[in-house]
Amino acid sequence: MTSVTEKKERTGKAQTTLLLKLANPFAAFGRGVINIINDLGAAAVFLLLAFIKIFHPKQLPKIIQQVYFIGARSVTIVILVGLFTGMVLGLQSYYALVKFGAEGALGTLVALSLIRELGPVLTALMITARAGSAITAEIGILRISEQIDALYTMQIDPVRFLVSPRIMASLISFPLLTAIFDLIGILGGYLSGVVLLGVNAGTYYYRVQSSVEMKDITDGFIKAIVFAVIVSMISCFQGYFAHMRKESHGAKAVGYATTSAVVLSSVLVLVSDYIVTSLLL
Amino acid sequence: MTAPLIEFRNVSKRFGSLTVLDRITLQIYEAEATTIIGLSGSGKSVLLKHIIGLLKPDEGEILYKGKALSELDKSEMSNYYAQISYMFQGNALFDSMTVYDNIALPLVEKTRLKKKEINRRVMARIEQSELIDAAEKYPSELSGGMQKRVALARALVTDPKIVLFDEPTTGQDPVRKNIILSMIAEYQRKFGFTAIMVSHAIPDVYFISNRILALYDHKIVFQGTPEELEDFEHPFKEEVIHSLEGLKEELTGLYSRRQFKIRYYNELKRKPFQEPYVIAVFSILDLELLSEHFGHETVQVMIRCMGRYIDDHFGSAGGFSNRYGTNEFVTMLPYSDLAEAEEILNNFVEDIQNRGVRDICEMTQEQPSFEDGFTLIVMAGLEQGQQDTTIDAVVNSARNNIREIARLRFGKSEAGNEKISS
Repeated sequence: MTSVTEKKERTGKAQTTLLLKLANPFAAFGRGVINIINDLGAAAVFLLLAFIKIFHPKQLPKIIQQVYFIGARSVTIVILVGLFTGMVLGLQSYYALVKFGAEGALGTLVALSLIRELGPVLTALMITARAGSAITAEIGILRISEQIDALYTMQIDPVRFLVSPRIMASLISFPLLTAIFDLIGILGGYLSGVVLLGVNAGTYYYRVQSSVEMKDITDGFIKAIVFAVIVSMISCFQGYFAHMRKESHGAKAVGYATTSAVVLSSVLVLVSDYIVTSLLL
Repeated sequence: MTAPLIEFRNVSKRFGSLTVLDRITLQIYEAEATTIIGLSGSGKSVLLKHIIGLLKPDEGEILYKGKALSELDKSEMSNYYAQISYMFQGNALFDSMTVYDNIALPLVEKTRLKKKEINRRVMARIEQSELIDAAEKYPSELSGGMQKRVALARALVTDPKIVLFDEPTTGQDPVRKNIILSMIAEYQRKFGFTAIMVSHAIPDVYFISNRILALYDHKIVFQGTPEELEDFEHPFKEEVIHSLEGLKEELTGLYSRRQFKIRYYNELKRKPFQEPYVIAVFSILDLELLSEHFGHETVQVMIRCMGRYIDDHFGSAGGFSNRYGTNEFVTMLPYSDLAEAEEILNNFVEDIQNRGVRDICEMTQEQPSFEDGFTLIVMAGLEQGQQDTTIDAVVNSARNNIREIARLRFGKSEAGNEKISS
């Protein structure tokens, strides 16, 4: 009698274990989803707080300092990338258009591609690589070396002191750098199309002028602002919470946070580019 | 009994399954220097972080002037935190800012003071901390000791009412360690703030603390004065105090107080009944003035030299010594009577007159300029003891007999040293 009961109990236990094993992937998926929702919620609150604190009286010098770091110091790389992007665009488009005898439309193609799409996206990716990674690393180091705790003990709000100026500076710098990128890119297209391949200069400029509308420029700037929010928020968020990473601690956590910030910002720039484009069209 | 400024009532803190603070109850009193001692990882820093609000207790209450922090409204809470400064174990200086900017930061960000006033206050702290040459340097360009001084200056620049020091002397050599402690003591006396310190620097920290809190096995096992800690019987003392204290004090190389007492009672046991022995008490006056003139380092070197001279002279006569207070030394001469002790004392006075100032100058890294001249007074008192008297009673009698024995002249004419003999 006892052995039958024991057998039943054993079978019951084995069934429960099997069920638990089967449920494991679902549980892991559920945990993952909950973590993502938690992080999104935290990031939203973080962003909101940082936005509110932009308008504190003592922020201006810090914002100017960050505009210099994020904006002014990125000008060289943006010019370089803009120039070669425009040149390669001019080159490729010329050989495609010449097949249809439509090389005169080169200016239209280069200008619209740059202003509506390539300018904001590539500028955002460049700033992510140059300034976004540096922001995450800097804030992450401040966190692990207790400097953020020190700010807290001095009654200085770390979000106001560190995050808000960077977000505001990004909002200022991204559209300006995008404009520089667009302009230099159009000149790059001129160099390869007009100077090297012999397209008529007047036609090139006429096409640029006649085909670009104000809406194209506005849409490009809207994208730049969306990317500014995404890149600055992700970079600051990853650095600020570097100490809470589960996979590592200390300097290694800062390294992971920096990688995450760059990867996540780049992916989200491209995803949001599609979403914003479909909304604006 | 005065009401405590800060009080912990049954405070517990856990990190996951690890209990760091287990129903801690303690009191901290206003304008006192309180030191929390305990082994590494016993939760001392966690305790400090509860006071500043970096951590919140899982259970229990923290009271400020009798009112629970959890019951304070937003403005009261803000006022409470505004009174506190925290000096981090790793200094937590902003490495992208200069020393000046680091010290000015709390004033620039949290006050509406004019630039001129901020500059005045920051420069005053920089001067007090002997950091004039380092004002425009970055923290990474400074030595560990200088970084500590910058952190101390930043903690004090807002004139806080409560200052928390998390292991302020970690990684410092004995002289630097005592320089930092004496700076804390000096500032605490001068500005009257409540100092709460976590430290391993035993026994050095006893000289500047009014109260000691002992954290052991996640609980507070002792609260009282350093003198009361002498008589405290608990496994904490064996495991913590004795392991941290060492046999000799690092700065002077003299016996620790505990070792001194052990040897004192052993000598008494060994001696035939009624055979006398002598206790000598030495004291150096005006150390604070010396510090003001020539800096903390000179004071610490002075104390170290004095400890060595005493040990050299009285040790050869079978004596042994201990630093009894910040500026006080006690020596036992177990085989000497009063007359012999006087003779040794006279030789001692001769020697410090000849070597004293010169040795101190040689040992001080930054050569002090003696343009103004300064006189340091050395006092001594002798008392013959008997076997049935306690050490404290004999020391007190020796203190009553204290008299000036020498004047050490720091200044243009070292020849001006005067010997004052009995």
